[in-house]
Amino acid sequence: MSKPLIRPKRKNPLERTRLPLLPHGQRSRTAHGLTLAAAQGRFALQVCDECSKTIYPPRDACPFCLGAQLPFKDVSPGGRLVVETTVRISTDPYFRERTPWRVGTVQLDSGPLVIAHLHGDTKEGERVTLSLKLDKSGAAVMVAMPALETPSMEADPILREMTCDPQFRRVLITDGRSSVGQAMAKAFSEAGASIVFVGIAHPWKPFAGMDSLAKLAGVEIVPLDVTDSQSVADLAAQNGGRIDILVNTAEHVRSGGILGRAGLTEARDEMDVRYFGLMRLAQSFGPALRFRGADGQSSATAFVNLLSVHALMNWPAFGAHSAAEAACLSAAQCLRAELRPGGVKVLNAFFGPLETEWFQTVPPPKLAPSALAKAVVTALKQGLEDVFVGDIANDIRERLAANPKALERELAEG
Amino acid sequence: MSPSDLLAFAQAVASGAVRVIDLTQTLTPDFPTIALPPEFGQCAPFRLEEVSRYDARGPAWYWNNFTMGEHTGTHFDAPIHWVSGKDLPDNAVDTIAPHHFIAPAVVIDCSVQSAGDADFTLKIDDLLAWETQYGRIPARSWVLLRTDWSKKSYADFAGLREDGAHTPGPAPEAVRWLVEERDVLGFGTETIGTDAGQAHHFNPPYPAHFYMHGKGRYGLQCLTNLDQLPATGVVIVAAPLKIRQGSGSPLRVLALVATMGDGR
Amino acid sequence: MAIPARSIRKSYDTVVACAPVTVPYTRFSPESAAWWIGRALHGLLRQSGLQIKDLDGFALSSFTAGPDTAIGLTQHLGLCPRWLDHIPLGGASAVVALRRAARAVQAGDADIVACVAADTNHVDSFRKTLSTFSRFAQDAVYPYGSGGPNASFALITKNYMNMFGATREDFGKICVAQRDNALGHPLALMKQKLTLDAYLAARPIADPIHLFDCVMPCAGAEAFLVCHEDTARSLGLKTVRILSTIERHNAFPDDPVQIRGGWAMDADDLWAMAGVTADAVDFVETYDDYPVISMMQFEDLGFCKKGEGPDFVRSHSLTNDGSFPHNTSGGQLSVGQAGAAGGFLGLVEAIRHLTDTALGTPVPHAKLGLVSGFGMINYDRGLSSCAAILARAS
Repeated sequence: MSKPLIRPKRKNPLERTRLPLLPHGQRSRTAHGLTLAAAQGRFALQVCDECSKTIYPPRDACPFCLGAQLPFKDVSPGGRLVVETTVRISTDPYFRERTPWRVGTVQLDSGPLVIAHLHGDTKEGERVTLSLKLDKSGAAVMVAMPALETPSMEADPILREMTCDPQFRRVLITDGRSSVGQAMAKAFSEAGASIVFVGIAHPWKPFAGMDSLAKLAGVEIVPLDVTDSQSVADLAAQNGGRIDILVNTAEHVRSGGILGRAGLTEARDEMDVRYFGLMRLAQSFGPALRFRGADGQSSATAFVNLLSVHALMNWPAFGAHSAAEAACLSAAQCLRAELRPGGVKVLNAFFGPLETEWFQTVPPPKLAPSALAKAVVTALKQGLEDVFVGDIANDIRERLAANPKALERELAEG
Repeated sequence: MSPSDLLAFAQAVASGAVRVIDLTQTLTPDFPTIALPPEFGQCAPFRLEEVSRYDARGPAWYWNNFTMGEHTGTHFDAPIHWVSGKDLPDNAVDTIAPHHFIAPAVVIDCSVQSAGDADFTLKIDDLLAWETQYGRIPARSWVLLRTDWSKKSYADFAGLREDGAHTPGPAPEAVRWLVEERDVLGFGTETIGTDAGQAHHFNPPYPAHFYMHGKGRYGLQCLTNLDQLPATGVVIVAAPLKIRQGSGSPLRVLALVATMGDGR
Repeated sequence: MAIPARSIRKSYDTVVACAPVTVPYTRFSPESAAWWIGRALHGLLRQSGLQIKDLDGFALSSFTAGPDTAIGLTQHLGLCPRWLDHIPLGGASAVVALRRAARAVQAGDADIVACVAADTNHVDSFRKTLSTFSRFAQDAVYPYGSGGPNASFALITKNYMNMFGATREDFGKICVAQRDNALGHPLALMKQKLTLDAYLAARPIADPIHLFDCVMPCAGAEAFLVCHEDTARSLGLKTVRILSTIERHNAFPDDPVQIRGGWAMDADDLWAMAGVTADAVDFVETYDDYPVISMMQFEDLGFCKKGEGPDFVRSHSLTNDGSFPHNTSGGQLSVGQAGAAGGFLGLVEAIRHLTDTALGTPVPHAKLGLVSGFGMINYDRGLSSCAAILARAS
């Protein structure tokens, strides 16, 4: 079993903060097929179209038949740990300060031999389940996990380098007025976050759920208005150095597209809350997150964006909203690149219509805020970069991959 | 008035013989704005974005861009703001005759009544009682309703409850009386609007807006320091920004009060 | 379609190797690879009395010459060859250079081929080389602890121990014997005697690899000439004959972990072509970046059967005066690994022993030597293997 995490001691405020280092993150273009799978928590390897053999490391020609069609497909992650070693001396600065570090050769049931990071509960000669994770550099790596669940599995230090488990971390939920924000606060409180800061804009304006929010374990209400640069900067100045996971729950959902609306007031508000809100949060909290990416067991670890799946393809019924979400998605990609030097992940959680007032007239299926919150916590525990939550989001994802033009037309129809 | 009278007035301001009292709230991002149902367009709160501060963005200078609605902070309402005043001549902030921006004011102190009742409404009887004490309200003067609302916390200031805002304001007949019987220039309050928080239930709804603007009169809201003013003998300087077809504007509201003699 | 039977390989006739050159190694060097290559060529000219223009063939191996390859270096170094090869095979480069050059000379494409391997070692060049060594290394090895070849060979060593019962003492015996050989070799970087106890007590690097299982990266250069016997004689150079050579790449891809190299495919051919048997060999120079791979070479080259490597080591003494003289210079484990020059170390050393010019303790009555190369950990195993049997000129 892994040694369970214990609540970290208070950091000595006079101690120097360890600066983030990254493992080698450069990959060939083909190898980014693994990055895609890892970002979404799938286990995919190249499978030759011609001879059906599974292939690893990633190649551009099949070593069995020289076939050139080698798409990444989800394959069984089961295998056997043939042999292992413990690296004690590493040439790489990142690993130098993390040794001893176990790696081993896994023979997959599907054939390939894989050099993998080893979870502490794996044993030479025994069965393992491989998992594709994004390491601190953002590149995909293989992690061999015990085939059966073991106690405190997620506390394994190698695994924790690849994941963003909220346990004993300090979380900022940027907007606690919405049902999503409140569900998120509850989920992080239950996931063992040591503090859940919940931002409240316009504290003079009462809102439903205020009392129960304040009663959640670890919740601390803070003033925060993502549309106000000063407010964001003030909170960052006060608490920015103590936040390990930022979850941007600030939402602005209004129906309507472009021609059905007059003027830009609504669109500006959408952009102000969503796109500029993201920019403000990133500018104010990003530098400290990036700086603290290797700050001990509970280092800064993730910036979470909640995005309509229509960021990926416009839904004209909520057309202007979709456009603002698309702007956020693009900004999130930029932020991802900028936070990477700190080893801090940007998690984008995509979802369809929610069970909230702004989707009142939209027929089901709709996603409960609690389900979204749960999925975000799970995705952080897994260290994902993109998660699609709920039936609609996954439906859109599949249709987008199959035929974006068909999806565009069909969304226009309603 | 001779030029020397005017200069004498300026000297009196400079010497303090005429006291200048600032009736303006400071513009800050968190100052409450009027709350409308979320599906309506909203009044933009005050926002400040630094352009440069002696840094790479501008090495020797500091300046900001700011954004806000026409009805943010201490602000002026023009007749065009309300549907009842939409067709009046010279009804927008850029076309209002500039001499309307300097006018006498009377202060109706209802701070005691408001303290015990957030839904206090100013009635004709209250106005008549005031006149009994201070004399007839002069034509073309501002009527300022003192409630001490500007001293409250933001939450109490906004007064939002499940059934909407609860803040004091004028009853419909009182507004109508002020316009029709006393020919006032406008109505000013310390609260977020010239109307009471529950004024959407009045008949007509929002009477201060409906009657004042319908007759080409003005509004001032989010005033402060009304407690420093005498009931009469006050001159108000309230010139909104010259926004083309503007419905209102944040502005600096100054009250001039003579320090010698009985201000009343 | 039927594939025709394998052709009979021609002998190398009168083609010989000569003029062994070693540019003394240094742990780190501020100089460039071109400097080391230049020193090696200079050494060849000094030993042979040739001039630059006489070198009409040039084979180069280097990891650190980048961005240059052999062609750019012809201009840098003033060469004008009519036969040119760049051999990026690391530990397999010497035998491969030898056999290619020999065929070129035999065919008349070149008269005198300078075979050079050189690498510099800047303070950070080893780490930089590792992370970009190959696409598979970049994609699938280096990000896993960045243990470099130590980690790769740790897995190979551990697996070999699991399968065949080799112990650390067995590997230690190889390392200790090589150190004994190195103590007589003036150019070896390791100058202190190594005891088995010290070997066993060394700090762990990547289990079961410990410090003295690892070579020390350094800067250095090795070179030799390939030409006709009579050319060498006219220059007054002592020569060795090339009896046979083999080369193989990416052998046995289905072995889950490397337990054998390509020698196992080609060893019969090696002995048959040479017309000798394993017991006739007087000394063996294996590629020894880790002792396990030397042990595999004993097996795969036919000195013992697969799995008998540990027993073979236990039953022999491996010093120059022993029953099985092995890595007579001390090998890379004790001389140092000068990048690709490490691949040349054994061959240059073998030429010396067969021409009575050994720098260290000579192998008594050495007439036949076997030189083996191994190189290029691309992913999880070394891909290239090669070997040559060399004989004292009659």
